[in-house]
Amino acid sequence: MIKAENVTKIFSGRGVTVRAVDGVTASVDKAEVVVIIGPSGSGKSTFIRCVNGLEQFNEGHIYIDGVDIASRKTNINKIRAEVGMVFQQFNLFPHKTVLENLTLAQMKVRKRSRQVAEKKARELLEKVGIPEKENEFPSRLSGGQQQRVAIARALAMEPKVMLFDEPTSALDPEMVGEVLDVMKQLAREGMTMMVVTHEMGFAREVADRVLFMDQGKIVEVGTPEHFFTAPREERTKLFLKQVL
Amino acid sequence: MIATEKLWPWKILLAVILLVISAGIWGSVSRIDYEWRWYRVPQYFLYEAETPLKTPFDGVVEQINANGADTTVVMVSESGEKVEVTVDSDSLKVAENEDLFEDDTIGFASEWVLGPLMTGLMTTLWISAVASVLGLIIGLIAGLMKISKNYTISTLAAIYVEIIRGTPLLVQIFIAYFFIGTVFDLSRTVAGIGALALFAGAYVAEIVRSGIVAIPKGQMEAARSLGMSLTQAMIYIILPQAFKRILPPLSGQFISLIKDSSLVSVIAITDLTKSGREIITTTFATFEIWLVVAAMYLIVTSVLSQFVFYLERRLAVSD
Repeated sequence: MIKAENVTKIFSGRGVTVRAVDGVTASVDKAEVVVIIGPSGSGKSTFIRCVNGLEQFNEGHIYIDGVDIASRKTNINKIRAEVGMVFQQFNLFPHKTVLENLTLAQMKVRKRSRQVAEKKARELLEKVGIPEKENEFPSRLSGGQQQRVAIARALAMEPKVMLFDEPTSALDPEMVGEVLDVMKQLAREGMTMMVVTHEMGFAREVADRVLFMDQGKIVEVGTPEHFFTAPREERTKLFLKQVL
Repeated sequence: MIATEKLWPWKILLAVILLVISAGIWGSVSRIDYEWRWYRVPQYFLYEAETPLKTPFDGVVEQINANGADTTVVMVSESGEKVEVTVDSDSLKVAENEDLFEDDTIGFASEWVLGPLMTGLMTTLWISAVASVLGLIIGLIAGLMKISKNYTISTLAAIYVEIIRGTPLLVQIFIAYFFIGTVFDLSRTVAGIGALALFAGAYVAEIVRSGIVAIPKGQMEAARSLGMSLTQAMIYIILPQAFKRILPPLSGQFISLIKDSSLVSVIAITDLTKSGREIITTTFATFEIWLVVAAMYLIVTSVLSQFVFYLERRLAVSD
């Protein structure tokens, strides 16, 4: 479903160049949940943002469903419509109600009628557990509720893949659970997911595979079991010792 | 410092200060030899114009029908042609069966007409309105160009903004009329409105740019991640949010455009200011007219300010 080959992203400015993502090769199969962990600044967020083209990478290839996203012939908007993304800061549209947040892209990108879009939106609000908030503006919701709306907004496009970029990092601790529950449910339903997170419990419980990134490179790949019982690399051991 | 609980002492102080200032002005004015003629002012808002009605041919008055304030006169020419005119009863100058010669005055018809202060105000308002709309369009385009990643596009916009903001509006109006207007054969109105629109556009561009830049990057990313094109994201996500933020400075800009429009009077567009000057040349009521003109600008701008204030509160719902 997602295949990344030798992806390299270089940030340069003021005479300094940083290889934020340095030759990353990774893949996510259909219905697979891949969790990327690693210390901050390891390039995991930059990498996941490359997957839907929010960051342009300098080298390598990323294929989604076999389509090279960096090719000049590719319509990136079409690709993005198939790839849902959930952000650390939710990024809900503050001038739109919850319902409008969910229907806008359905209507403008998928060209659905208002009725169809609203029906879909209400189903999803039900699913993420906040059907009563459809006419509220995002600023009236708690962080956890906002993030659940953001997940529903991405799902409304019926994407083939969902990308999660640290979805719980900006939340108060008591709200992390409600968001993770929604994500777990998605995983159980067979959604293909790539998740950047610091939630080791989630990684252990839900991931099919875990990638550990440090300094722009993938250091170790394995099942959660392998990771949390017998990591091979020194850097992985050190990181896990710090976070667990 | 202790917070003062009561407001009324300060209100009294304010009233006293305003009274002292007024008294000071009054005292100074009464020491110079100026005769106030306020009674002359109202006619420049609204006056009764009398149009003389004349006989179109040689003939005779056939019939006169008095009907209250109006009187209808029926005339017949030598060739039998009939004409009916209505004049004010008290201005009737003919009697029944009287012989008429072409161009004789039958009487006067009077009607209320807007005076130069009102027509001037209208001109000021429509010139400002048209210039505001054009300025908004120009400013929106230039503002979007300014944030473009393309060097040529953003530099072009920057040059435009710098030139306009770095030169006086009065000079721009002269250039628009005497130079560009002469080259392209533009009327004074087109040149005046054009100069005002370009002037406002440069400031609007800067306001638009800062409004868009102030929208968090995540908004554009979220919109794009849902598959929206750059244009869709701008129209549905970025611009509506930016608009709400820039409404106060934007409306301030348009309100000051109404005041700045007084400068087009220098190229002989008869706006409120020019009307004021014309009235003064005939009446010498300098003090009264300028005070009235100032008050008229003030009324327009403060009504608009109130309206914007109301609009802002309505738009604040989603915050």
